[in-house]
Amino acid sequence: MIEYILGHFNYWLIITVMMVGLYTLISRANLMKKLAGLAMFQTAVILFYVSLGKVTGGTVPIVDDQFTIYSNPLPQVLMLTAIVVGVATTALGFALVIRIKEAYDTVEEYEIQKMDSDS
Amino acid sequence: MTEQITILLVIIPLLCAPITAIFKSHKIAWAITFFVSLCCLLISSYILLQVIDGSQVIYELGGWQPPWGIEYKIDSLNAFVALIVSVMAVVSTVFAYASVQREIDDDLYGLFYAAFQLCLLGLLGIALTGDIFNLFVFLEISSLSSYALISMGSNRKALTAAFSYLILGTIGATFFLIGVGFLYAASGSLNIFDIASRFETYEKMQLVTTSFIFIILGIGLKAAIFPLHSWLPNAYGYAPSVISIFLAATATKVSIYVLIRVLFDVYPMEYWSKLLIPQVLLTLGCVAVIYGSVRAWQQNEIRRLLAFSSVAQIGYIIIGLALLSHSGITSAIMHMFNHAVIKATLFMAAGMILYRARSTTLSDLGGFAVNMPWTFAALFIAGLSLIGVPGTAGFVSKWYLLEGAVAQQKWFVVISIALGSVFAVAYLWKIVDAMYFSAQRKIHITKVKSGDISLAVAPKSMSVALWTGAIACIYFGLFTKLPTDAAKSVATALLGS
Amino acid sequence: MTITTALIFTLVIPLVGAIAISQLKRYENLRDGATLVTALCLFAVNVYLFVNRDLITDEANFTLVEPIDGLAIAFSLNSFGLLFALVASGLWIATSIYAIGYMRAHHEKHQTRFFTLFAVAIFGVMAVAYSDNLFTLFLFYEFLTVSTYPLVTHSGTQAAKRGGRTYIFILMGTSILFFLPAMIITWFTAGTLDFVQGGILQGKLDSAALLPLLLLFILGISKAGVMPFHKWLPAAMVAPTPVSALLHAVAVVKAGVFSVVKIVVFIFGTDFINDVHANDWLIYLPAITILAASLIALTKDNLKERLAYSTVSQLSYIVLGAMLANKYAIIGASMHIAMHAFAKIALFFAAGAILVTMHKTKVSELSGLGKRMPFTFTVFTIGTLSIIGLPFFGGMWSKWYLLSGALDYQSISITYWFVLSTLAISSMLNIYYLLSIPMKGFFGASDGNTSIQEAPTACLIGMAIPTLFTLYLFFDPSIFYVLSAAIAP
Repeated sequence: MIEYILGHFNYWLIITVMMVGLYTLISRANLMKKLAGLAMFQTAVILFYVSLGKVTGGTVPIVDDQFTIYSNPLPQVLMLTAIVVGVATTALGFALVIRIKEAYDTVEEYEIQKMDSDS
Repeated sequence: MTEQITILLVIIPLLCAPITAIFKSHKIAWAITFFVSLCCLLISSYILLQVIDGSQVIYELGGWQPPWGIEYKIDSLNAFVALIVSVMAVVSTVFAYASVQREIDDDLYGLFYAAFQLCLLGLLGIALTGDIFNLFVFLEISSLSSYALISMGSNRKALTAAFSYLILGTIGATFFLIGVGFLYAASGSLNIFDIASRFETYEKMQLVTTSFIFIILGIGLKAAIFPLHSWLPNAYGYAPSVISIFLAATATKVSIYVLIRVLFDVYPMEYWSKLLIPQVLLTLGCVAVIYGSVRAWQQNEIRRLLAFSSVAQIGYIIIGLALLSHSGITSAIMHMFNHAVIKATLFMAAGMILYRARSTTLSDLGGFAVNMPWTFAALFIAGLSLIGVPGTAGFVSKWYLLEGAVAQQKWFVVISIALGSVFAVAYLWKIVDAMYFSAQRKIHITKVKSGDISLAVAPKSMSVALWTGAIACIYFGLFTKLPTDAAKSVATALLGS
Repeated sequence: MTITTALIFTLVIPLVGAIAISQLKRYENLRDGATLVTALCLFAVNVYLFVNRDLITDEANFTLVEPIDGLAIAFSLNSFGLLFALVASGLWIATSIYAIGYMRAHHEKHQTRFFTLFAVAIFGVMAVAYSDNLFTLFLFYEFLTVSTYPLVTHSGTQAAKRGGRTYIFILMGTSILFFLPAMIITWFTAGTLDFVQGGILQGKLDSAALLPLLLLFILGISKAGVMPFHKWLPAAMVAPTPVSALLHAVAVVKAGVFSVVKIVVFIFGTDFINDVHANDWLIYLPAITILAASLIALTKDNLKERLAYSTVSQLSYIVLGAMLANKYAIIGASMHIAMHAFAKIALFFAAGAILVTMHKTKVSELSGLGKRMPFTFTVFTIGTLSIIGLPFFGGMWSKWYLLSGALDYQSISITYWFVLSTLAISSMLNIYYLLSIPMKGFFGASDGNTSIQEAPTACLIGMAIPTLFTLYLFFDPSIFYVLSAAIAP
């Protein structure tokens, strides 16, 4: 049991980061904090992919006669794209928050909802 | 030759979008967009003609061999979805000419059209690609651009709608990504057809079920399948008219296409049938039909009403899929097409009302139909089609759906369909009643120069687009060969004959 | 000209006419001429079909499109449809003549739109009459509702719109809620929707399901005016009189009862209905409608509304005949479609003439007017007598067969006697609420002004045609008898 937990140590960490992100996203009313949560959530997935690609005892995937075991490079390559997507999402989210701040003069979700239901 | 053309569907918008963004002039930006969407339409109809007999077009991106390289494998389903997307792009671009000038700030024209083209690119890419990670990228391209497009709506609620769509959409996409990660961990491949072909070898792994659930949840969010639909009504209700038209007609359809691919091509049917998925989807579909229709009936704002009606209509498609019979799948595929046409027409009518009256709230529009009888007539026709009156497009798809449900003796499905139609009558009658039969009200128009000609007439381009849609609603109710053939060929491909 | 070609012509002529009429907006006389020519051509083609009806074969049909396998928009020639088409197209000529006089005398606006849509509505009627299957019938039934809607709200006033609202709400609502599901159930039970003599449901439909299904059809076809969905007809009386006359005494309402008879004979089959005795209780619906509508008609002072309720009551005679489902009743029901049409249109024309000349719409205002408008009131009297079913008028024959059918009716005795007494009582009520009108006109106290002042000549000609036919049909009902007998079991 202990071995199982320790053996999957990286996954436990990832799950923790993911849940922290998701919890922040759901529980915070401040839109900026929501975005922060979202970014954490996405980052956790990136970590997940990267650790997927790790092969025990494997080395950097550069072909060399000395090594026979390499880590899988594909997940890392994929994550380059995912990082770009994540950055774009966060940037767009920030832009929206700025616009919301201009239009509503607040970034608190409850106040915005109240203003929306009043109008 | 044909193989090379397929990639142009993605390349053309990709190249043209940054160019469009440079231009500030509305005319030029519009012209480029129109050119792009027209090219896409031509190419996708050409491809559909190539594959409608059941053959496939295969394109390897960069010449890399699958399963390592990205492969585009186009059968009738891909081509049909691509055609829906590009037809709707052309129609909404035509509509956009006048509407965008009204609703979008002057200095944003170029960016608006650039984002529109990116969205088109994303949707087409999803439809074409055979690589599941590539699909995620396209999904995010289309989603990111649609968040931006939705936020350009003139009401400030558009901003919050776009923000909550961004949050939920990103959660959905991330779920999808997690699912893909698990699937990759299990299978070691990202090529849809490669994954499917070796499925037995890793079927027993716990990872596979987890990946399946994550992927389905992710797509379910994007496709607004009840109860994951909460972003949709506000997003479509407050977006600029053109975007409501385009997204309502295409975005959810494309997500449903992904669902179909995942359910029938990635994971074998025998696998997930055991997981109660058909029953769950069937139940959700029925609930969506009734819930969406009832909520639509409660709305007082035409575009929100139409958006809730979309939730219901997605329910019909899901029911069709979950029936797992030839009639069911045929109905689902046809309804993807028919509903795209119908809903686009309805949103176009709403857009024209918005253009003239500066409001789509029913209480503001008392007797307004007198001012725009033709628009109202088109709205009426599309409404009949949405209800599913014989002779219109909506009837044909509902007919196949009923046939499928009756054949399997799923009476609660039949009852849900009937109830959904009754409520469709009710909520459309609400529009007719308010706009046509209520006493005429003086419409308060703000932010308009007096003597503005747009108060008196709706622009020609809008009417052309609207009536193209309205006539299509009737045409595809009578001459059903094209969608029926395509849908039946898809059903045969998915289920085997 | 083959039968199929002629059949296509009956559908094409009104449409071509409609296009021609809409293009002749600037030339009033030419436009009205076009209406007349179209009506004459259409009637001629229908007469041609009637004369050559021996040539009718199964090949005499054509399919327009087939949206779903086995569900086609197809037309075919059959004697019952021919009867309906003959009546509608023949009376269209009379109505056109009358309408030209009426619309001009009444200075109605948008006359071009009026005549165009009229032709379009007639197209719908032809399509209903010659439809080859239930699907086509349903489609053009709906088409007829939508295309006549602008005619009902022709004046564009709030009152007209309110009337139109009821009109479209009831007609479309019931057809979508009841007729459409009934049709779909029929399809899934029988596997076809083709009209076949003797029905398609026998042996396929569970006999316990027959009564609910038939009820769905009768409620769904609210154009037949069976209570409780009859309110649209009085509401439609806001329309100009020619519309009320042709569409709401002949074309639209008859499309309703036509559909009911057609469904009873060609979808259910009379044998099936009789075997199951589904009609024992269902027959109360039309029977009560006959009585209730007559009683309501008594209370109506507005002339057109009284006529509308009289129509509701008379339509239920036809539904009743269909429900009786035996040879004579079906003949009677089918003949009543024609006989009632001629008489009722004469009544409406007379009412319109009174409106256009004297600007009177209420029964109570007609006192003594008979002396000033002797021709109009004579027409009204003849129409009334024919509807009551007295000898020397065509209406007698249809009532004769309906009564024979009722006497032949095999059922539990309470229903049997109820039907018979309904027929008897309603004829009395007819006398009371209809005949009192010309009586009042001729014998009521007048205001002293006795100068004769009739409607425009075109109106008079239009009125004379159906009136003369009412007389003629008493002596020679063979045209309609032949066509009716062909569908009787």
